[in-house]
Amino acid sequence: MSTADTTAAGIEHGTHVSETAAHPQPSPSKGSLSTFLSTYVFSKDHKVIGLQFLFSTLLWFLVGGLLALAVRWQVAWPWSDVPVLGKLFAQQGGQMSPEFYTMLFTMHATVMIFLVIIPVLAGAFGNFLIPLMIGADDMAFPTLNMLSYWFMWPAFAAFSASFFVEGGAASSGWTSYPTLATNVNAAPGSGWGQTLWLVGLTFVGVSSMLGSVNYMTTIILMRAPGMTMFRLPMTIWAMFITAVLQAFALPVLTAAGFMQLFDRTLGTGFFTPEGNIVNNAVATAGGGQPLLWQHLFWFYSHPAVYIMILPAMGMVSDILTCFARKPLFGYRPMVYSVAGIAGLGFIVWGHHMFMSGMNPALGVTFMVSTMMIALPSAVKTFNWLGTIWGGKIQFTTSMLFALSFVSMFIIGGLSGIFMAATPVDIFIHDTYFIVAHFHYVLFAGTAMGVWAAIYFWFPKMFGRTMNEFWGKVHFFLTFIFLNGTFFTMHILGAVGFPRRLADAYHYETFHHLQPLNAFMTYCAIGMVATQIIFAVNFFWSMFFGPVAGRNPWNANTLEWTAPSPPGHGNFDYQPVVYRGPYEYSVPGVEQDHLMQTDPPHPAAAAAAAAAH
Amino acid sequence: MKRLSALFWSLLFLAVPVLGVATFAVAPAYDIWLPKDVSEHGPAVDGLFYFILWLTGAVFIATEGVLFWFIWKYDESKSNGGVKYVHGSHTLEVVWTIIPAAVLLFISIYQMNTWADVKMRRPDMAPTVEVIGRQFEWRLRYPGKDGMLGTPDDLHLVNDLHLPIDEDVLIQLKSMDVLHSFFLPNVRIKQDAVPGMKIPVWFKAREEGVFDIVCAELCGWGHYKMKGRVTFETRESFDRWLEQKYAEQEATQPADSESAAVAKLSPASLLARR
Repeated sequence: MSTADTTAAGIEHGTHVSETAAHPQPSPSKGSLSTFLSTYVFSKDHKVIGLQFLFSTLLWFLVGGLLALAVRWQVAWPWSDVPVLGKLFAQQGGQMSPEFYTMLFTMHATVMIFLVIIPVLAGAFGNFLIPLMIGADDMAFPTLNMLSYWFMWPAFAAFSASFFVEGGAASSGWTSYPTLATNVNAAPGSGWGQTLWLVGLTFVGVSSMLGSVNYMTTIILMRAPGMTMFRLPMTIWAMFITAVLQAFALPVLTAAGFMQLFDRTLGTGFFTPEGNIVNNAVATAGGGQPLLWQHLFWFYSHPAVYIMILPAMGMVSDILTCFARKPLFGYRPMVYSVAGIAGLGFIVWGHHMFMSGMNPALGVTFMVSTMMIALPSAVKTFNWLGTIWGGKIQFTTSMLFALSFVSMFIIGGLSGIFMAATPVDIFIHDTYFIVAHFHYVLFAGTAMGVWAAIYFWFPKMFGRTMNEFWGKVHFFLTFIFLNGTFFTMHILGAVGFPRRLADAYHYETFHHLQPLNAFMTYCAIGMVATQIIFAVNFFWSMFFGPVAGRNPWNANTLEWTAPSPPGHGNFDYQPVVYRGPYEYSVPGVEQDHLMQTDPPHPAAAAAAAAAH
Repeated sequence: MKRLSALFWSLLFLAVPVLGVATFAVAPAYDIWLPKDVSEHGPAVDGLFYFILWLTGAVFIATEGVLFWFIWKYDESKSNGGVKYVHGSHTLEVVWTIIPAAVLLFISIYQMNTWADVKMRRPDMAPTVEVIGRQFEWRLRYPGKDGMLGTPDDLHLVNDLHLPIDEDVLIQLKSMDVLHSFFLPNVRIKQDAVPGMKIPVWFKAREEGVFDIVCAELCGWGHYKMKGRVTFETRESFDRWLEQKYAEQEATQPADSESAAVAKLSPASLLARR
């Protein structure tokens, strides 16, 4: 006790780490162009890089959303004139062609997965939060970190350029299954568009790998004194395990991507079987196997599904505890379940391939592991419910988004069991049921979690809070419209309505489903339009929002001890950690929160002893 | 004001299970539900769907209900500072790990038999018909009089599949170019057609009727229009139809020629031309 108190006293008097730490930002007035470039463009500061990722991904989020609207337009009203966008293909009378439609859904998924969800979680929030929440002054490898952002730009360029090459952008689905994707004769978008797609994917992979190495090293080596692994906030645990997933799964995708690239450009034929005839042209090489790509692709892309949700789960856990003013229920089970999801995540990839022609006996194995991965997800859900039980809930915008994450994740988790059951999957595989499922996980889950995180950490990023009223309007409308759009997809899937069809109404089985699809499209339009409120609130609050102090939410974790926004070097003194991140409403303590850096408190020690 | 806003938000979260259940309850009335099933194994598949639906439905209502209740009960304006300072409960963790684990394991084992029936216990018989996916049509090949596929007397057709009812049929599924998926919504059958593979598909239809064949795996720009038709009929009328189609094919080409009009583009002939 006495040693801890001495250390704490030392901190009270302020032991400045360095001079730079005291200066929030290098002032632009004395800066030449090179200072400007190194501060805001080629910055090695994790916060600037995080914000660069955030702005880039939000921009691509808009692009992906508009692509989705175009997809929805065609599904609701096939072959009718497309508003606004229709002018682009006026030569076809303003309607979209079926090849354009296949390109739209391919690029919608590609943009959303590779340019929005993965980089916004790891790139934006991972970068911004990891050093701040563990009490480090920056990442372990600042230059690698800078490169991880700038390697996104060749990817941005490749994906953007692919829209303008002959045949248009990739149109063989985001899964890029051979031989549709490997044979240039297979589809208009299987030409240059597909090659650029593979190039873009590779650069995204390089960026992710650079980030992942950095996050692992930083979290292992650069934690503040006293910050043991089991005092880390859930956000950091999730980011750490996500980084491990990336590091182990990504090389497989990169290798597979190169194999596909060689198939396309050098005629290697890794994925092309003997005697393959596409569009009346016989393939030059054979001896390959289309299923090989599916195995390699999903070996990465299934863990990637968890890469796309675990960080959101971590951030939501932290936000729920803060606004329930209560410790996290079951901290260790939460950590173990994240690790469990990650571990099992490596042996479930085959559930994407139940209908693929893979050995059905192998399907049984994957079915069992897939069923079992529902378990840690269930444990997490129960612990979130346990966290708000008996709390003192504050309905901030951030909290509403976090609560909706829990509510929506329940739906996404439960619908997964239908697909995991192999006989049921026979019927609902590749229907709108699966579309409903992954949108509940990735949009209603992750995207809502990201909004919770944006509203929560905005004060730390920009020193001002976002408008709460308009935040709640944004939440309410998004919540209503997202359920209108995606919940109905479940019953559409129950009819067997297939995904990726430009027009399904000529089938006897599906011809009566147009009105429902039209309803969903209206909801989707509403959902995208609602984001205007968010965009205005975001940019207005950056400059004119109420100034936030260091700790506007009375939260416990280390980032809230730094100035808002933190300067270069983050903390104005070296933080020392005395406890876990969730000490809210400790009995006998006057305040309802005890920060991780608050000096040891006798009442807290007594409460901790009583709790055990 | 604070009480009101707590009421509003908790009701919004209550709307999730209420409207969610309502959607599923109302959908069958509008025919937005499982399509008619005419297969022998279909009831087992649908039964499993309903079993999981009831089970997940119960969990859905329970968890969303608890979420609503906690949001309603523990809002800031109501609780008088009485926050429960707890870090978890070992007993609860064990309970809510073991119960779902047991349920999930049960579902896993319970479904295996149906899966094996549909995908693993292949009937011991010669293929009734070969179905070959090709951008953007279903090519069909019935064995001729000799009962063997790949002989000169094969019957070649496109998109118009006929099959007998009340007996096992075995389809040999192939693809010529890219992935396709042979989806019969009304028979609860789906199987990808993979270039380079011959995949067996079998089932027994119970009822006569004409139904859709849908391509369920993206196969290019014309994926949406890769539509076929399956006609289930009695053995006698199936044989009659086969006889008639065979006669039509014989009439339109010299008997000695190996090539049906369709077979000109078959992989073997194209490779031979090369």
